[in-house]
Order: sequence, then C-alpha cells, then structure tokens
Amino acid sequence: MRTLIFKSLFTPPLTERAPKVSESALAELAAKVQTTARHKLGHSLSIRQVDTGSCNGCELEIHALSNAFYDIERFGFRFVASPRHADVLLVTGPVTTNMREALIRTYAATPAPKWVVAAGDCARDGGCFAGSYGISGGVQDAIPVDLHIPGCPPSPHDLLAGLLALMNHRLPKRIPKAARVGLPVE
Amino acid sequence: MSEPIDIPTADAMRTHPWLRVMVSREVWERVGHRLAEGTLTLVSHWADGATVHTAWRDPHSGDTGIISLDATNGFFPSLGGMHSPAIRLERAIRDLTGLIPEGAPDPRPWLDHGRWPGKSKAAASQPYAFLAVEGESLHQIPVGPVHAGIIEPGHFRFTCSGETIVRLETRLGYTHKGVAALMTGAPLAQASKLAGRVSGDSTVAYAIAFAQATEVACACEIPPRAVHLRALMLELERIANHLGDIGAICNDAAFSLMLTNCAILRERVLRLAGQMFGHRLMMDCVRPGGVATDIGPKDIKQIGKLIAHFYRRFPAIKALYEDTASLQDRTVRTGVLRYHLAEQFGAGGFIGRASSRNFDARKALPSPPYDKLKFDIALMFRGDVDARIRVRIAEIEQSLSLVKQLLAGLPGGDIIVPVAAQDGEGAALVEGFRGDIFAWLRTSKDGTVSSCHLRDPSCFQWPLLEAAVENNIVADFPLINKSFNCSYSGHDN
Ligand code: SF4
Repeated sequence: MRTLIFKSLFTPPLTERAPKVSESALAELAAKVQTTARHKLGHSLSIRQVDTGSCNGCELEIHALSNAFYDIERFGFRFVASPRHADVLLVTGPVTTNMREALIRTYAATPAPKWVVAAGDCARDGGCFAGSYGISGGVQDAIPVDLHIPGCPPSPHDLLAGLLALMNHRLPKRIPKAARVGLPVE
Repeated sequence: MSEPIDIPTADAMRTHPWLRVMVSREVWERVGHRLAEGTLTLVSHWADGATVHTAWRDPHSGDTGIISLDATNGFFPSLGGMHSPAIRLERAIRDLTGLIPEGAPDPRPWLDHGRWPGKSKAAASQPYAFLAVEGESLHQIPVGPVHAGIIEPGHFRFTCSGETIVRLETRLGYTHKGVAALMTGAPLAQASKLAGRVSGDSTVAYAIAFAQATEVACACEIPPRAVHLRALMLELERIANHLGDIGAICNDAAFSLMLTNCAILRERVLRLAGQMFGHRLMMDCVRPGGVATDIGPKDIKQIGKLIAHFYRRFPAIKALYEDTASLQDRTVRTGVLRYHLAEQFGAGGFIGRASSRNFDARKALPSPPYDKLKFDIALMFRGDVDARIRVRIAEIEQSLSLVKQLLAGLPGGDIIVPVAAQDGEGAALVEGFRGDIFAWLRTSKDGTVSSCHLRDPSCFQWPLLEAAVENNIVADFPLINKSFNCSYSGHDN
C-alpha cells in the first residue's frame, strides 16, 4: 500500500484541470458549478440517483463522475443515499410500468425545493424501449422534469454540463432562506 | 445413469452446436431427470408462441442442443419441480406467454407485478407473497426497489436472527422492458440495438451473441478482421468491468484506495474505446455481419501503450489487494458459494469459476478467434468474496494477453459484409464479463426478427446470491452482493 501512496504523492494529479480553456471546458465547469451551488443553495448540491429501469449503461457513466478524472465532488455535488437528503433526483432509464409507482413515491419523499434531471435517451421518452407494454413512458410522464440530458448513455462530460445548466437556468436566483436551512417553505 | 436423449448428437452437433429438435413429453421429462441428476446443465428455458424450449449442455461430452415441446393446449410439464434452477425461468414463461408449467413448485408470478396494461395476469393490488418464515426472534428487513447507491432497482427481503441473515429472498422484475416483444417484428438493425441494451455493461457481449445467432440463421460468414475486432472489444469490456467491480467491492469494504486506482484504469480503457470506436461502452459497434468501425495503426499503437501502462500499474494494485490484511479480513470466507450449487445452477463467469466450476464459453465452445488464442481459465476453490476478486484479477491479466495476441494476429480486409436475410434460426453462447450469454432467434426473409430470446448469466446467479449470503451478517451483504454483481436489467429484460 505504501508504494502506491508514495507513488501517488509524486505523480501529478489526473484530475483534469486548469484552463488552457476552450478545450478544457471541464475545469471551467468546475469553477462555475461550485460558485453557483454555493451561491444559490448555500450548500453543495445533493443528488439522489434513481434508476427506473435503465439498461445500467447510464449508471456506469454516472459512476465515472466520481473517478479521479472528473472528481465530481470538487464541483460541490454529492451523491446521497436517500431522497430525504436530496436536492436533485437524477433519473435514468425508461420508466417501466413496474417502477412507476416507486418513482412517484421517491419524488414525494424528496423535500422541496427539488429538481428532477432525466438523464439518457430512455429517460426522455422511453428511448428504444418506447411502445412496450412494460414501459409507461419517459420520466416526465410520471413526475415533473426540469432538465433532460441526452445521450445513450450521456458521457460524464455531458452529465456535468447538464447539471451546470440546471443550476444556471432552472434554479431560482436565490432559494428562500428557510429552505436553505432546511425548514419547511410556505 | 439414464440413457442418452434420443436426439441427434455427434456429427450433426459439431456442424451446428445448437441444433433444435421437437420432442415428445416423454423425452422432455427425461431431459428434466438428467438435469436433476446433473448429467446435463440447463442453459436456458423459454417459450415462443405455444412452443417451450430448453437449451442444455452435457458437461462431460460438451455436446449442446435445444429441445422443444409443443404446448398448444396451454400446458407443459414443469422442469422446476425436478430441477430448481428452472423455477424462475418457468415463472417468467407463465408471466410472458400464459403457458402453464404443470406441477410447478412455485405458482407465484415473477416478472409480472400486475401492472402491464392488457397483459398482466397478476393483480397489482395483491401484495407479493414472500416465503413464510417461522421461528422465534426473527425479524425482517425489506430493502428496495429503490436502493441507496447508484444501482439498479430490485427488492431484497432479509430475514435475520440478530445480525445474521437467515434467509434472503429477492424479488425482481422491476426493470422488465419487454425486450422479446419489442424484438418481434423489428428490423435486424433495430433488434441489434435492443440486444446491446439488455444489460448496458455487457453491451458488446450481447451484441456479439445477437449477431452470431443472426449469422447462423442467415448463413452469413463474417470477415476474419471483424471476428478479431469483436473479440478485441469483448476483452476490453471484460477488463473495464472487472476493474470497476474490483474497485467497488473493496470500496464496500471501506477501502477506497482500491476504488480510486481501479477507476483510473477503467476510465483509461473507456476513453480509448471512445476514441477508437466512437462510443465509450462500445454500444452498437458490433453489428450483424461484422463490426461498425475499423481501427488503424494509430489505434493499435494506443492500445499497445495502454497495455504497457497496465503492466506498470496493475501489479501494484494487485499487490495492494493481496497485502492489505484489513481488506482480506472482510473478503476471505465471506459469502461462500459451494461448488455443488455452482455446478447445479450452471453458474457462469467468475462466480462459477471462483467456486471451481470449470466453464468458460470461450473454451467450452471454441469459435474463432478464441480457438487459436492462448489463455488460461482462472479457477479458485473457496467460493468466497476473495476468490471472486482473485478470479477477476487473473482474468484481467488473461484479457490483456488476449488483446496483445489479437492485435498481433489482426488480419486485414473488410470489417463487415451485408447479411442476406432469410427464414432461419440460430443460437449462440458468448462469454461476457459476467458469464455466458445465450441468444436464440428466428429471422424472417423480410429482414426482421420473428422471435428472439436472450438469457443473461444473472438468471442463474441471482438464486446463488441468496444461498451465498446465508449465515453472513447483514453488514456484509453489500460486499457479497457487489462481488456477484448480477444484472437486474439483464435478468428482467
Ligand atoms: S439511455 Fe442508453 S444507456 Fe441509458 S438506459 Fe437507455 S439504453 Fe441504457
């Protein structure tokens, strides 16, 4: 273990960084996302991922967001284990008829203010599974959606850009203070 | 020993390993007995229209085949009563086609949660009847379908005595998308896309299984370069998935350094795949008739560089796993899967091989290019979480060597040929990272698929997870579950 840790001390970080800008849009994103989240929510953005029947491809790319290259936490995003702790539901997959109720209940369990991001082509309208008896439709047919990130699956880069867009365009300028400290909002 | 089944073997089999024959009830039941006594392994069990099919393999001779039984009267003799690995497949058949397995030991619906408009026979209002538990001081923990991590949905019902799991019952079907129905009547290209989305982590393996079955059905021979490129993608997929899972298992044992290092290597593989084939997971890169994208000398150099990078980095990661006592403390003797169960259920992939089941479709049904490549099957005997990790570490090393061999012998020429659609039927068994994927389909001369069945290795692995967690503590479940990493979507399809 020591060897590995020592090695990592002497190798430059992989985390994609620092603006030679235009190409390195990722680093640019990082800075923007972080300030926006702090500014608008007063804390980092808690994401609860919900799979409503995906092929698991979308999950793989969401997982990749946490690797050293993308390191999503530095942007102020956190994946949380319960909808009770979440600001954002990140929903993947077509909504199967067998998962529809679970999605609606998860949404209900998420405290306001909350946003829903539908990630992947399936989440938009069922994608290539649309029309099956087993599919009830896209995410927006079950719960309100604030943003859709296209792709099959969306790349980690697309996912990050999408989350940033959510913050810039969909989040209100400022969240009422009561909501920020976790009190019920009128 | 019972007599062999009276269906053609030997020569006929060799030219067409998945020869399908219609049989009488008597032969059907005899196959059931042979499955039960372990002289045949169940490969899959499904129905199309009013015909039920059973694909089997003889573990001693290596022969394979499919038997079919006419069930126009709506009934067929249950295999599940004799051979428990068939039970859930049988329940799925009843849910999807309405055919009734006579004498089935478990009459509960499986994929049908009572929510399919116009199709469900189960009632959504009725709660699912989990197995009854009796005994003092037992308590139950229901988990799911929405889980706490970034994972697929399914329901786990734990019955515990204190900290110890006495029984786990899984309830699946939440991700059922009706893939078989969507495939029926779909043009080959569309159906191939669907096959590549049955379980996204195995998209290459599924696309190959689908393509191979189609090529058998349409008597199409693909160019040797395509054969090699498919295998190249398949091995890259295996490496990427094994890395992701090894890291994730160790992370579930609170050792995130492994996850960090494995995830870096995994990302490097995906990025290279994205660069070479235009898709990080290589979705839709395998098509019936060949592959969609060719690679050039620059790509080959890149792969060479990546392999060299692996040879530099991977030994340290392997040593990190092997030398960390606190990690071993969690993985050794945790979640043991016994050999006889692995054998009985025909457990595919690293799950079977970690319990010393010596099966790998790349060796058992050798087809080009694997018949010409040198590699070993990694076998372990203890069947615990540790064994599953070690098998996967060994498989990464084998796959690296396979990639090298594939590139060294990469033939020139075309990468795809047109498939002349005809009325035909074909099957294939492909070793994905998780285990053997079985595909069977019928094509029609108008260029569509008239019937298709895809069986995920998880179908036989999920029940084994239930066996492996018994008598372990609840806190070790995530670790054991991750060490299996069964596919929900592949199973439910
Ligand atoms: S969008 Fe693509 S990767 Fe995501 S769930 Fe659908 S098929 Fe799978």
